[in-house]
Amino acid sequence: MSTTVADRPDIVEAPEPPVQPPVSWKAAATMLVLGLLSLLAFGLGGPAGEQTTFVLSLPRDEVQLDPLVVASRPAAIVLSLLALGLAAASAWLTRQRRRTPAWLVSGFTVLWLLAFLVWAAAGARLSLTGLLAGSLLLAVPIVFGALSGVICERAGVINIAIEGHLLAGAFASAVVASLTGNVWAGLVAAPIAGLLVALVLALFTVRYFVDQIIVGVVLNVLVIGVTSFLFGRLLSPQQDTWNSPPTLSPIKIPLLGDIPVLGPVLFRQSVIVYLMYATVIIVHIALFHTRWGLRVRAVGEHPQAADTVGIRVNALRARNVLIGGMVAGLGGAFFTLGSVGAFGKEMTAGKGFIALAAMIFGRWSPIGALGAALLFGFADNLQSVLSIIGTPIPSEFMLMAPYLATIFAVAGLVGKVRAPAADGQPYIKS
Amino acid sequence: MTTTVEPPAAAPAQPDRPARTRPAWWDTVVVTVLSFVLALAVGAVLIVVSDPDVIDASSYFFARPADTVAAGWDAVFGAYRALFEGAVWDLQAESLGRAVRPLTETLTVAAPLIVAGLSVALAFKAGLFNIGAEGQIIVGATLAGLVGFGLDLPVGLHLLAAVLAGVLGGAVWGGIVGALKARTGAHEVIVTIMLNYVARFGLAYLLTTELFRRPGRNDPISPIVDGDAQYPLLLGETYRLHLGFLVALAAAWGVWWLLERSVIGFRFRAVGANPDAARAAGIHVERNLFLVMAIAGGLAGLGGTFQILGTEKALTTGISAGIGFDAITVALLGRGSPLGTVLAGILFGALRAGGVTMQARTGTPIDIVLVVQSLIVLFIAAPPLIRTIFRIRTQGMGAMQVSKGWGA
Repeated sequence: MSTTVADRPDIVEAPEPPVQPPVSWKAAATMLVLGLLSLLAFGLGGPAGEQTTFVLSLPRDEVQLDPLVVASRPAAIVLSLLALGLAAASAWLTRQRRRTPAWLVSGFTVLWLLAFLVWAAAGARLSLTGLLAGSLLLAVPIVFGALSGVICERAGVINIAIEGHLLAGAFASAVVASLTGNVWAGLVAAPIAGLLVALVLALFTVRYFVDQIIVGVVLNVLVIGVTSFLFGRLLSPQQDTWNSPPTLSPIKIPLLGDIPVLGPVLFRQSVIVYLMYATVIIVHIALFHTRWGLRVRAVGEHPQAADTVGIRVNALRARNVLIGGMVAGLGGAFFTLGSVGAFGKEMTAGKGFIALAAMIFGRWSPIGALGAALLFGFADNLQSVLSIIGTPIPSEFMLMAPYLATIFAVAGLVGKVRAPAADGQPYIKS
Repeated sequence: MTTTVEPPAAAPAQPDRPARTRPAWWDTVVVTVLSFVLALAVGAVLIVVSDPDVIDASSYFFARPADTVAAGWDAVFGAYRALFEGAVWDLQAESLGRAVRPLTETLTVAAPLIVAGLSVALAFKAGLFNIGAEGQIIVGATLAGLVGFGLDLPVGLHLLAAVLAGVLGGAVWGGIVGALKARTGAHEVIVTIMLNYVARFGLAYLLTTELFRRPGRNDPISPIVDGDAQYPLLLGETYRLHLGFLVALAAAWGVWWLLERSVIGFRFRAVGANPDAARAAGIHVERNLFLVMAIAGGLAGLGGTFQILGTEKALTTGISAGIGFDAITVALLGRGSPLGTVLAGILFGALRAGGVTMQARTGTPIDIVLVVQSLIVLFIAAPPLIRTIFRIRTQGMGAMQVSKGWGA
């Protein structure tokens, strides 16, 4: 083409008005609404003259902190106003056509939850350390499950079978640890069990191109069936032989474990919890800072393009499903070796689906999944703590919270979540 | 596609015969039967390796291997015989009336499985995966129960009102999913899974309230529904079989008519086959997504009414009994067709009913039924696998593919 715009004087380039991308007010609006709700319900509507006591130290701690006593209503009002301040900042940023940063949302969440706690525990003593430690423990299997989901789905394979991986891991670790009397053997058996479930998933989805969601759903039923059957046949009648595994004891990390409040929560845990920290960091670095991660994301977003540059799409997908299965299987060991020891029928109780929710809530990123899992663990633990000290909210609604939050998340009410583009689509080379 | 092709006289699958001479339904039957056999075989392996007698005998396996084999055979034969006797025909019964009792029990259990399976199958046709039948059953049963024990209506009207309330409840619960999918693109699998939990905890909460709690009881159980709000029994007091089974068959016919003979059903299938093409052809895709999920939810809600007004008669937290999850496998086994769903529902009803007898008579845990069910579906989902195992040639059944990613 020889004629360009510059050659033709009759075409004058008109100065176009700059096209601006639409801004989303959802984050700011949601925070404003929640903040106002907090101010009205927890602050102004709270009980007058009550005090909330936060216990900050466990009895066995070396450094004993005095309990923090606050007047419930004023404290809730102050916290709500601070939260509203952050919401206003978000609104201002949105007006300036800038994104609301993640730290601002996190800060808002913390303030809002504190206001809620001050209100819900008015007139009572609440052990903050116990609350946080319990939340972390409840979050552990969710974190592993969500990471498994991230690993699979970033490569384009939907993993609904997280529940199955977790249950298989819990079962295998309990049985192997019981039979060998060795807790470490059980810890090794868990990822292997997860791997076996993942083998079936990989075979059917990557090799035979069967619908990934169908296989996942059916695999969950299969694992529930097999483990429940063997539980009824062997583990329950002959508990001494089959189902009395030793448990992992907490290991205290020197110095870090003595930090007030956070020390007992984060650094006096069993080895599975430390493995969880490591897995989150490894998956994050591997996914976003290595060649492998770039390939995985390429396969998950645009398999044809990845294939064109020589990446073996289906081999990579199969490998990722297997890795994901091992990660979730390891998380399953937490149900048995990491806490109560003995295996129980269907003991994962839907945690795999919560993990799926956490993965989506965390926008398919390891750090986001960690945050979401911690939030869900917190909600779960808060429900049991509050039901002991007694609160105005029925515990069933607290139990519902993570599920409702996830529906709001996928419906785009709290910011848009976007899955990897090729997630769930089998890659059939043409 | 031609239907005039005669099935060959020597019907059993032969590897060398050209595949085209057999009609498509024959392959479906072969693959389904082979899957069932294979699933039972895997179940048998599980029964054998976990049987206490077999484990005892295997300790001296090399001295007397026949003992292990005999013990294994006894365990499998005993369990599957009890399964059959609990599901179809009781060989140990003294009278004919007692002998057919298992069969009526199978049909009773099958009724909610059929309608819930239809719910999943209908959504499949529109390209949606309804994992939420469980929640829709819970909501349907809750509303039907509320009308059943809370209101005082004349005979006839009471049952009708209770059933309608249940269907409406399920339709709302399913409609939410369709509306969210249509408006925001929220994936139905996620939303339905989450709504299942919301429904479960919601019912748990309601059972603590004055409105739902049975007077004089502290545990979560509702009052019993009025007699005139219960489905009439079909075969008298001895059997639990109630009108719901016939309603389920009618619903299956209704879904067939909807899909094959009505404009609405055509639109559903068009949306399921290719939403973009459907939109280009002037079909309002969003409206149809909502409509199909509402109807699917209504069907599952109908299944909920079978539970509350037919068999259970009082609301508990376990009212749905996992039927909503079995419904997924029922629909998959029935390959999304109404007739197939009815047959699959009856088969799964038989496994459920027989499993209870098996557990009672032989101590084999009923969970083996879950193993068999899920394996059947896995095997039929991947015909290449069955083909490889049995070295037969099948046609016309590509791997099942329904969902299209999370598609934000």
